[in-house]
Amino acid sequence: MTEIFGVPTQALFGQLLIGLINGSFYAMLSLGLAVIFGLLNIINFTHGAQYMMGAFAAWFLLNKAGVGYWWSLLIVPIVVGATGVIIERTMLSRLYKLDHLYGLLLTFGLALVIQGLFRNEYGSSGLPYQIPQELVGGYNLGFMFLPKYRAWVIVASLVVCVATWYVIERTKLGAYLRAATENPALVQSFGINVPRMITLTYGFGVGLAALAGVMAAPIYQVNPLMGADLIIVVFAVVVIGGMGSIMGSILTGFMLGIVEGLTKVFYPEASNTVIFVIMVVVLILRPAGLFGRER
Amino acid sequence: MERASAAPASAGRTTAMLTGTRGILVMAALFAIAPWAGLYPVFLMKVLCFALFACAFNLLIGFGGLLSFGHAMFLGTAGYVSAHAAKEWGLPPEVAILAGTAASAVLGAVTGLIAIRRQGIYFAMITLAMAQMIYFFCLQSPHTHGEDGIQAVPRGKLFGVLDLAQPLVMYYVVLAIFLAGFAVIYRAIHSPFGQVLKAIRENEPRAISLGYDADRYKLLAFVLSATLSGLAGATKAIVFQLASLTDVHWTMSGEVVLMVLLGGMGTIFGPVVGALVIITLENYLAPFGQWVTIITGLIFVVCVLAFRRGIVGELAAWLERRRA
Repeated sequence: MTEIFGVPTQALFGQLLIGLINGSFYAMLSLGLAVIFGLLNIINFTHGAQYMMGAFAAWFLLNKAGVGYWWSLLIVPIVVGATGVIIERTMLSRLYKLDHLYGLLLTFGLALVIQGLFRNEYGSSGLPYQIPQELVGGYNLGFMFLPKYRAWVIVASLVVCVATWYVIERTKLGAYLRAATENPALVQSFGINVPRMITLTYGFGVGLAALAGVMAAPIYQVNPLMGADLIIVVFAVVVIGGMGSIMGSILTGFMLGIVEGLTKVFYPEASNTVIFVIMVVVLILRPAGLFGRER
Repeated sequence: MERASAAPASAGRTTAMLTGTRGILVMAALFAIAPWAGLYPVFLMKVLCFALFACAFNLLIGFGGLLSFGHAMFLGTAGYVSAHAAKEWGLPPEVAILAGTAASAVLGAVTGLIAIRRQGIYFAMITLAMAQMIYFFCLQSPHTHGEDGIQAVPRGKLFGVLDLAQPLVMYYVVLAIFLAGFAVIYRAIHSPFGQVLKAIRENEPRAISLGYDADRYKLLAFVLSATLSGLAGATKAIVFQLASLTDVHWTMSGEVVLMVLLGGMGTIFGPVVGALVIITLENYLAPFGQWVTIITGLIFVVCVLAFRRGIVGELAAWLERRRA
């Protein structure tokens, strides 16, 4: 068996793959957080719970309604995004004139409520979700075995991230969005319905979390607490990347996933904490984050 | 952040009760007679430990405007250190508590130095992430015994004389610790240091342009808050003879935010009231499993949407209106 730095290549590439998968989810979730933060100035603590809702919604559709994975990819983000729109209209919209911290507290409370309700109903053991028929099996690359589903998750999340980046940075709609981030009053005076744009942005961010949830369902078990600890790691990712740039959060997400995977190979004890340690180092060297601007 | 306005010097007697030294005497007297009024000392000690924790947290959020979302790390670390000191090293309780408190002070200094590099929402996320790091550390370290925690910590004899195994003796010792911590916070708030802290909260650039080193003041407030949170955690470990992962988990950080939010951010007695309400609620809801989480979350939502001044803050505002 071949070895690199005294580690079997199988193990190395296996962990690298897991790192890339985790990185895909970090990227999609931190992207959603960044988009929401840009326009609403709110850190959406409910993001982890909404990711979990996405996975559960997919599980429901499959087991109760017989709707498969591919339709779930379309339906779930819309449905969960709609619950996000309701939350924004009924609650978050009352907080924009207050200190940003209230948004954090409110969404934290909502996350507790949602996670508590799901745990009441489903306990804390995971529910399995079948990998769709088309993606069962894998490719033998010679140096490692690549399951089809995992390859699909990496590619799909890359496509979603790049598409989001394109819409925000290169289209007219995205230009409105960026303008509203800078100066909402001025954009509104040009006749653009900024409050509706804010609502839809929140819905979009939540939908993105739900989409990540659907994609995660076959890999991790569907579990009421699947988003609870993940969201804290994603916060650290956001701090490392800085929320100034969309591309920044995507790159940071994938990068940290890989770093975490490699840590699992070379120093497994630190794999849980490596992202937090990186956060501390980045804060000391570059307080605004790798891609952030000091405001 | 929105806060109850401090009552003017000429405020009525009741308003003064909510802010002044007379209120402290009343509170001390109430807690002193509480075990004789049919309340269990163990329950009261839990309330006192959390009240001190909440007061320490309030110093930071209510007067410094800094929202830490990782305060559980100070409560939990101090608990582990003092439990380890009392059980494994056989140190007397007063030294064990001091050791735990000192550990939190050091941790507070390190975390504070890193976290105050960013403001507002970032500050909250950084403290949360650092607390999660401490949580994983406690989960993996052999000294903390993982999921079991450090159990059967001996209470010992305070100064070699007072037998803390007696519930009432323990209770009055905890009360004394709480009142001492409360006095330190009260003094800090009403000192020039507290005034500068408030100035920084209201307008940091202006405070800096007046020549105050804002970061130094924020760091000092952070360390003070961490130290007193540690005192609460260390005492709690001796009282319940247990140090466990619950106290370092992020849910605990959320809980203390809730206590202060519910009681009234930036009020003197709000955190005590908040701790009393939440601990009572948890006691009654304990048999209903996940409903505690759900109701806790709902209280958060209601407080943020409609009740931002908290119980004591609303009371003060109501008395103010009635006088006017």
